[in-house]
Amino acid sequence: MALSDKDRIFTNLYGMQPWNLDAARRRGNWDGTRALIERGRDWIVEEVKQSGLRGRGGAGFPTGMKWSFMPKQSDGRPSYLVVNSDESEPGTCKDRDILRHDPHTLIEGCLLAGVAMGAVAGYIYVRGEYYNEARVLQAAVDEAYAAGLIGRNACGSGYDFELYVHSGAGAYICGEETALIESLEGKKGMPRLKPPFPAAVGLYGCPTTVNNVETIAVVPTILRRGAAWFSGFGRPKNSGTKIFCIQGHVNKPCNVEEEMSIPLRELIERHAGGVRGGWDNLLAVIPGGSSTPMIPKSVCDDVLMDFDALREHRTGLGTAGVIVMDKSTDLIKAIARLSHFYKHESCGQCTPCREGMGWVKRVMDRMVEGRAEVAEIDVLEQVTRQIEGHTICALADGGVWPVQGLIRHFRPMMEERIAAYKASKGGSALALAAE
Amino acid sequence: MSQDQDIPSIGGGFHATHATGKADPHQPDSFAFDAESEAQIAKIVARYPEGKQASAVIPLLYLVQRQMRRQTGSAWVPRAGMDAVAARLGMPPIRVYEVATFYLMFNTRPIGTHHLQVCGTTPCWLRGSDEVLRACKDAGELKGYGDTSADGMFTLTEVECLGGCVNAPILQVDDDYYEDLDYESTVRLIEALKRGEKPQPGSVIGRQTSAPEGGPLTLLDVPGSQGTEKV
Repeated sequence: MALSDKDRIFTNLYGMQPWNLDAARRRGNWDGTRALIERGRDWIVEEVKQSGLRGRGGAGFPTGMKWSFMPKQSDGRPSYLVVNSDESEPGTCKDRDILRHDPHTLIEGCLLAGVAMGAVAGYIYVRGEYYNEARVLQAAVDEAYAAGLIGRNACGSGYDFELYVHSGAGAYICGEETALIESLEGKKGMPRLKPPFPAAVGLYGCPTTVNNVETIAVVPTILRRGAAWFSGFGRPKNSGTKIFCIQGHVNKPCNVEEEMSIPLRELIERHAGGVRGGWDNLLAVIPGGSSTPMIPKSVCDDVLMDFDALREHRTGLGTAGVIVMDKSTDLIKAIARLSHFYKHESCGQCTPCREGMGWVKRVMDRMVEGRAEVAEIDVLEQVTRQIEGHTICALADGGVWPVQGLIRHFRPMMEERIAAYKASKGGSALALAAE
Repeated sequence: MSQDQDIPSIGGGFHATHATGKADPHQPDSFAFDAESEAQIAKIVARYPEGKQASAVIPLLYLVQRQMRRQTGSAWVPRAGMDAVAARLGMPPIRVYEVATFYLMFNTRPIGTHHLQVCGTTPCWLRGSDEVLRACKDAGELKGYGDTSADGMFTLTEVECLGGCVNAPILQVDDDYYEDLDYESTVRLIEALKRGEKPQPGSVIGRQTSAPEGGPLTLLDVPGSQGTEKV
């Protein structure tokens, strides 16, 4: 059963209507916001907890719980909300639509989240490439200020909340929350060691919560329609609606807001016109953005699109960027290109990542050709295990998981490639130097 | 054993001045913010708490890059511009150099009139970004990534995921995304740029943004959707 339009939060996802305040109000944004604020900080946090909302930026941490880590009483330091709109995970383009088509859902969400965590101000960190999107967002923020919805005495509630738009400048790593904070402070985007966590020491050394755009933007609707409404979608602990980005070898790539836990096959066939050449032409899917390991067709046949179902198959929902690959795909090359991405985007701070991403890329490039020994597949796998979990942030984890997924499900393809290369060279054994 | 085949990006840091010890002939001796930039600076710095004006370093480096485009036709950040930002924000110059060379979007060497940025990451590659690259090379008369055409019209750069994956493949020209491209449409786009035109950004096959080709299958029954006014 598909989600119906009346239960969609992002009613202007495709920009069929104007983004501006008048149109946003007609769509139901900024309706009774003051009353929601007046119900108080604890009520907002509790309602978000009850809704089961989990962060939409990739990690899926329960949002209400994250907010509850913020100090209830200020020790003199202000608290900040930071919105992560650095959307750079390959395969992900959902926040872009919120910024350019539905910015008021986000702005209203910022105010309500700000109240929930006692924040005096919010910064929305938009990736630099989204130049036009940031301009729309800034114009919408200006509208909200002019209408008294944010700023001093926001919505007439007595609460003061400032909101600023800040653009990045092209660095995937700034999607990591502490790297984002560093960048926002005017530094290179290099992740910080945790603890201390941002809720204790974040932006400018003050308590800070970093949330994804989609996470914040669904909050006003949850509060208006109730936690039970939101948690009624999807399976327990995987509740709500979700924007999926369906792309690659499908007939009609698109973004769509659907119910969590929708079967992958239904998602692709109902909304994206099906796999190019039919379902049986499917080879594999990367289900949640580039960092999530691929799953072969046999898993795709009946897997549900939610955090827990995908985790059972040793992958994840991530950002819900669904990258579909049909049987024409050179899967080894597809993953090698991701290895190039992670090498390019490593900030260079931690040795296993700085050296490891380059090493993995070089080995993967040889695997594309087949210019390797079969035993090297095991070496590659072992090295990814040495990299994983040994760095400050999760970039390196995300960098090696796609390779692990390839080996897990398509090792025979890699072995065939190596055999074909050897055959083409007259079957001579290949002398291997250490990479 | 294969070595990295990476071509140095155009944002190649201080190779020209520091790595080789030779002076970079492109570097201007001085940089001063013009009136248009000055008008922005006060607004930008006011977004950050007192004493935290270093937060404005990325926005101010953008102002330098945009001002260079206005003044010279090439969007880049010269060393003197970084120094001007450092002076304005009360930062040690090295902190500004670090930022200018860490982030890909700052061009630390001059570029062509138009910056052709081909997304080559897997989602775009699956949809034919190699063809977009080929079209850029053919129509833009470019040898490959890192190259600037002889007439100074185009600089070609490979970029990583631009975050528009359901409209892949994508070419970013300066600030704008051109989407759903193939070889022919990319050639047409580049020919138009050569004629001094600026084609409408977005999907080149007429899709409604990220909706499926042929029109949305959802959001057909939405309150307040009486108007057909576009953004």
